[in-house]
Amino acid sequence: MADASTSAKGDLKLANVTKSFGEFTAVDDLSLVIPEGSFFALLGPSGCGKTTTLRMIAGLEVPTAGTIHVGNTDITDMRPYKRPVNTVFQNYALFPHLSIFENVAFGLRRRGIKDVKEQVDKVLNLVELPHLAERKPTQLSGGQQQRIAVARAIVNRPALLLLDEPLGALDLKLRRQMQIELKWIQTEVGLTFVHVTHDQEEAMTMADTIAVMNEGRIEQMGSPADLYDNPKTAFVANFLGQSNLIQGKIVDSDGDSHVVDLYGQKVSVLKRRTVAKDSSVLFGIRPEKLRIQPDSHDKPGNVLTGGKISDVSYIGVSTQYQVEMPWGQEIMVFEQNDDGVPPLDKGDEVRLSWEPIFSFALDGNEDATAGVDVEPEAE
Amino acid sequence: MKKLSRWFGKNLIRIYMVLGFTYLFIPILYTIVFSFNDYIKSNLVWRGFTWHNWQTPCGVPNICSDLGNSLKIGLIATFVATILGTLIAFALGRYAFKGRPAVNTLIFLPMASPELVLGASLLTIFINLGFNLGFWTIVIAHVMFCISFVVVTVKARIASLDPRLEQAAMDLYANERETFRRITFPLVAPGIAGAALLAFSLSFDDFIITNFNSGTVETFPLFVYHNAERGLPAQANVIGSSMFLIALIIVLAGQIVSRKRKIA
Ligand SMILES: Nc1ncnc2c1ncn2[C@@H]1O[C@H](COP(=O)(O)OP(=O)(O)OP(=O)(O)O)[C@@H](O)[C@H]1O
Ligand SMILES: [Mg+2]
Repeated sequence: MADASTSAKGDLKLANVTKSFGEFTAVDDLSLVIPEGSFFALLGPSGCGKTTTLRMIAGLEVPTAGTIHVGNTDITDMRPYKRPVNTVFQNYALFPHLSIFENVAFGLRRRGIKDVKEQVDKVLNLVELPHLAERKPTQLSGGQQQRIAVARAIVNRPALLLLDEPLGALDLKLRRQMQIELKWIQTEVGLTFVHVTHDQEEAMTMADTIAVMNEGRIEQMGSPADLYDNPKTAFVANFLGQSNLIQGKIVDSDGDSHVVDLYGQKVSVLKRRTVAKDSSVLFGIRPEKLRIQPDSHDKPGNVLTGGKISDVSYIGVSTQYQVEMPWGQEIMVFEQNDDGVPPLDKGDEVRLSWEPIFSFALDGNEDATAGVDVEPEAE
Repeated sequence: MKKLSRWFGKNLIRIYMVLGFTYLFIPILYTIVFSFNDYIKSNLVWRGFTWHNWQTPCGVPNICSDLGNSLKIGLIATFVATILGTLIAFALGRYAFKGRPAVNTLIFLPMASPELVLGASLLTIFINLGFNLGFWTIVIAHVMFCISFVVVTVKARIASLDPRLEQAAMDLYANERETFRRITFPLVAPGIAGAALLAFSLSFDDFIITNFNSGTVETFPLFVYHNAERGLPAQANVIGSSMFLIALIIVLAGQIVSRKRKIA
């Protein structure tokens, strides 16, 4: 087994992978390539098929259709123990009858490695739990169990490590610390990580590439900055950070920009940042890109007038405003408190302005609220 | 008055427990006490203390050979029933096959049928097949009724086993055999051990089914029954008490081991 688990190397390729449970399709025609040595994050709301995808890569679930390759090796039907893959399970799945030491040593021993002590001790030190080696899993806290689950997988240095929300049970401080450790291990050893998470900040800070998944499909894939700046669907725009999406119509074209009519007011958006099937668009702008002024000011760039502040929350570094627009929609604005100007008040009449390059436009037939209320929730 | 009711409220569970345990243990206590009775012919009235019965447990004709029969039959029946029952339990717990729901229900039938009926039908079968009634017909009968209990006990244990543990083992390079050896079996083993103990105690004290199929062979329960009319010797109490003490020691030892394991 030892050779089988190390022989396959290279990019992980999923081609048209589908998994159905009876009538229900949990993963729907998924295709993606994860380059060797990269940190890949799978981000999506609960039940969107993240765990199912990982289980197919690990060999614990057989795809209904499609193929999975590591390099040139087809692993679609390979037994789990022959794959160069290790998993950190969402529910830890530590062996209850074995000590922590034996849990961590399990993979090494199965590959016929005799002298496991040094490697096990090293990895237990890495997760800062060397003193628990002789305990049983039930005598550990949830966070400690989670770290042991990570240790049990990384000790094997697999070509591909699958992490199913490996840090969900940790408090913020420990989570940040483990994120740094994991990232360090990944770059140091050059492993490929596929990291499933609900936490978009975690995905943004750790991953080279993020795939946003929704209802068994990949909505969009790209670098964190690319996904944030150029969302291609309303779901991504809302799920990754927050967005104001306003229904509009392309009425004209001007060089490399479209002119968009938003309830009678004309604004512009770059053509390369527009994803539209026809003239109907969802015009998007992030709350922190908006500037807010009393409605008498005149500012260059794109402007929307006639707003009225309906809510103000002052949170130190910034102030968050809710602005009700003439057509009834609430627009969110995050304003940095760096100009010494006191915040505006509830009820003030305001106009919103922004640099035209910051805005984007999506297909107007989409639901503008897709992905808004899917709160990241842990299981 | 209020004080009294509060006292009752506080101690109700304790009182209830004492009453419950008294009810459970008085017959056992009686058995133990009367094993020390200096009896003549019938061990029904207390006549004074003696060590004599404990010094001569085999001092009554047949008692120890019958006990030997019971132990032999119990061990063989337990061994066979535990193996067969465990295999059936794995098949039912782990593999979806056609007719599994039916088998799941049928396996309960021997437990639900009256022993008298089972004993009588077994006798008919043995006679029709031309078997000589005796040691082996008793073993066959005991294996039959023990299997159901083994299946049910082991299956419950398998059902409570998280399949993700076996998946994790396979993910960590253990093939099917290694996974069974290192994960599945150790986790199911306490259930199998419990099933074996249950099977043994069912076999050891079975009277009804044995009585139909024993021919001339006598087991300990049959000995007790046959002698009860003439007056049971206190040696029977000695053996009964010993069985009770051995069972108690096994249970206590089991608890100590499992507690040590948890702490370690
Ligand atoms: N064995 C199964 N049988 C039937 N349906 C299943 C099975 N496993 C998963 N599903 C369904 O497939 C969908 C995707 O499940 P999956 O576990 O992949 O979600 P997830 O993205 O990991 O969610 P979470 O973030 O909550 O862990 C869910 O709707 C789930 O109910
Ligand atoms: Mg999941």
